[in-house]
Amino acid sequence: MARKSNDGIGRRRMLKGAAGIAGAAVGSGAITGFPVIWAQNNKNIVLRQCGTGVSAINEIAEKCKADLGITLQMTALDSDAVVQRVVTQPNSFDIGDIEYWMIKKVFGANTLQAMDVKKIKLFDKIVPIFTTGKLKADSVIAQGTAPSTVSFVEGAGSTKFAKGQTQWFTIVPTIYNADTLGIRPDLVGRKIDSWKDILDPKFKGKTSILNIPSIGIMDAAMICEAAGIVKYGDKGNMTKAEIDKTIDFLIKTKKDGQFRAFWKTFDESVNLMTSGEVVIQSMWSPAVSAVRGKGVPCTYQPLKEGYRAWGGGLALAKHLQGAQLDAAYDYINWYLSGWVGAFLNRQGYYSAVLETAKANMTADEWGFWMEGKPAQGDIKNPQGQIVEKAGAVRDGGSFYDRMGAVACWNAVMDEDRYMVQKWNQFIAA
Amino acid sequence: MNRVKSWVTYLQVAPLALVFLLFLIVPILTIVVVSFFDYNTTQIIPAFLLQNYEELLLSPVTWRTYKQTIQFALITWALTLLIGFTVAYFVAFHVRSSTMQTVLFLLCTIPFWTSNVIRMISWIPFLGRHGLANTTLMNLGLIDQPLEFLLYSDFSVVLAYVHLYTLFMVVPIFNSMMRIDRSLLEAARDAGATGWQTLVNVILPLCKPGIAIGSIFVVTIVMGDFVTVRMMSGGLSASVGLMMANAMSLLQYPAAAANAVVLLLLVLGIVAAMMRMVDIRKEL
Repeated sequence: MARKSNDGIGRRRMLKGAAGIAGAAVGSGAITGFPVIWAQNNKNIVLRQCGTGVSAINEIAEKCKADLGITLQMTALDSDAVVQRVVTQPNSFDIGDIEYWMIKKVFGANTLQAMDVKKIKLFDKIVPIFTTGKLKADSVIAQGTAPSTVSFVEGAGSTKFAKGQTQWFTIVPTIYNADTLGIRPDLVGRKIDSWKDILDPKFKGKTSILNIPSIGIMDAAMICEAAGIVKYGDKGNMTKAEIDKTIDFLIKTKKDGQFRAFWKTFDESVNLMTSGEVVIQSMWSPAVSAVRGKGVPCTYQPLKEGYRAWGGGLALAKHLQGAQLDAAYDYINWYLSGWVGAFLNRQGYYSAVLETAKANMTADEWGFWMEGKPAQGDIKNPQGQIVEKAGAVRDGGSFYDRMGAVACWNAVMDEDRYMVQKWNQFIAA
Repeated sequence: MNRVKSWVTYLQVAPLALVFLLFLIVPILTIVVVSFFDYNTTQIIPAFLLQNYEELLLSPVTWRTYKQTIQFALITWALTLLIGFTVAYFVAFHVRSSTMQTVLFLLCTIPFWTSNVIRMISWIPFLGRHGLANTTLMNLGLIDQPLEFLLYSDFSVVLAYVHLYTLFMVVPIFNSMMRIDRSLLEAARDAGATGWQTLVNVILPLCKPGIAIGSIFVVTIVMGDFVTVRMMSGGLSASVGLMMANAMSLLQYPAAAANAVVLLLLVLGIVAAMMRMVDIRKEL
């Protein structure tokens, strides 16, 4: 081709050729990277998983390789980036590790495929929050995007959420938890028992909330409701008027200098707390452990209004098929089979199938993490470091105490676009 | 004969033209086109709407954010110019041995071999409430309350900018200064000029291209920045870049594109104004 480059046609042909090669490369990626000959041979399977940092855990990838032969390549992104990736680059991942509130946003883009519950061996053992929506028979489904409302679609390939249970599951829950405020018990100098305590003038310039609009607005709503500023119909789906009132109140609070900073990533929240820049702030459970791990006292304070809950799970990319799809199901079944569940529970998260996780934990571990009992011996995290000494009790108590007191789930609102505009106003104010 | 020649010329410029077309013109045109699209939570919808521009330009938040960004750019520009010029002047005229000049110049650049982000973040523990700066001042008895404005404020943002981008001023100004014919300075002194007069009437005018290039670097970088503002203000301040990043993170690409077009026009205007004042090509 280079020889012909003296005449115009040759050059054009060269361009065409280049475009053809590029096209072929894109095309092959879309079909699947692997020939069918390797079917059932997980050793040659690579699954690319993209998701939030919480679940991109190297130990899981290593154990998965050892048990199943599947090579997991994990990419950790922040929540917004995960949504972007899933919607705009559907071929760049095989397993989407997404959160329940995102499902509403991303499933509509038709880049994911619902999975067949018949292929999920432990489907019946999954905590009912994710299937019927009720933790116990008499539980009330909390506000916001409750997982059960987006767990099922009407059929294979459908993007329409079903009212009840169907055979087609959007994501398999992996990690979930109940969030609340983290405090520095050594520095607050008073009893903290309500979301509104973050507004105490005593903490002026020493508080923080998170700057991820869809989650931050919920913490803000818990605060506003507790302080009696706004009464909400549904905190997870506010009206424009409710958004206005909430944001106006936040702007006023910001101008009064109540907030020291807003954090967007896990490590920022840890640093704000350990450095003493803030003494009370929105926090995630492992961030509290991380602060304690540095020898700084930190409590994940239960509050009387209840928790803001969140959950995530594994979704299958639309392009998965054949051996890769089978491997993805193997991976999901393995995920629920106990080892990972125990691993996650030891980090203070909750896992989807409790029975299998319990079988992989000691009675003391189970008692401490899940039943709210005082630890008999030292409690270690999955890496083997001691995180709690004998006698310690988990903040907030047992699984049922915590997940039973969920006031609201992370959500995407109908007025999402408006809410984000207002949130930007708040940040720019 | 003539036609063959023109073919050859076209062929010679073709690679560069193609690169520009593919990696500059096409992306910018795409941004312009997308800025007129409609969008909802999950998709962008091809359309021709002015709504993105309306929402952008009619919102007081936009104007406040632009004002804030321009303010950051101006302050940073003034400080980097002052510091950059002084440093370059010192190295170019006060340091006599050319080995020493090279050594000092390299010394200026060494910190820039490390990551931009690391250099920025390292300020955070230094400036914090219980950071090195506050602890030192308190131990010296100069203050009895930690200075809160040191971190998560406009101060810390500008500080980081100046720290990060002064080199972009130093290098081109130093370059201009090294090209100044030393006999001009002797002539000035012979004609009775004081040191200050030489600086203002001889060196400064001859450094104009360097200053212009440095200014273009600093102003365009600061105008488009979003990471520094977010990290150093602790999310309390906004910038135009941050506004776009926020919009994009929520898949509102058309809104971000409209903002990008407006910012591009503004920055092009600023650069054009600078080019008017200094003809970089002529004076290089």
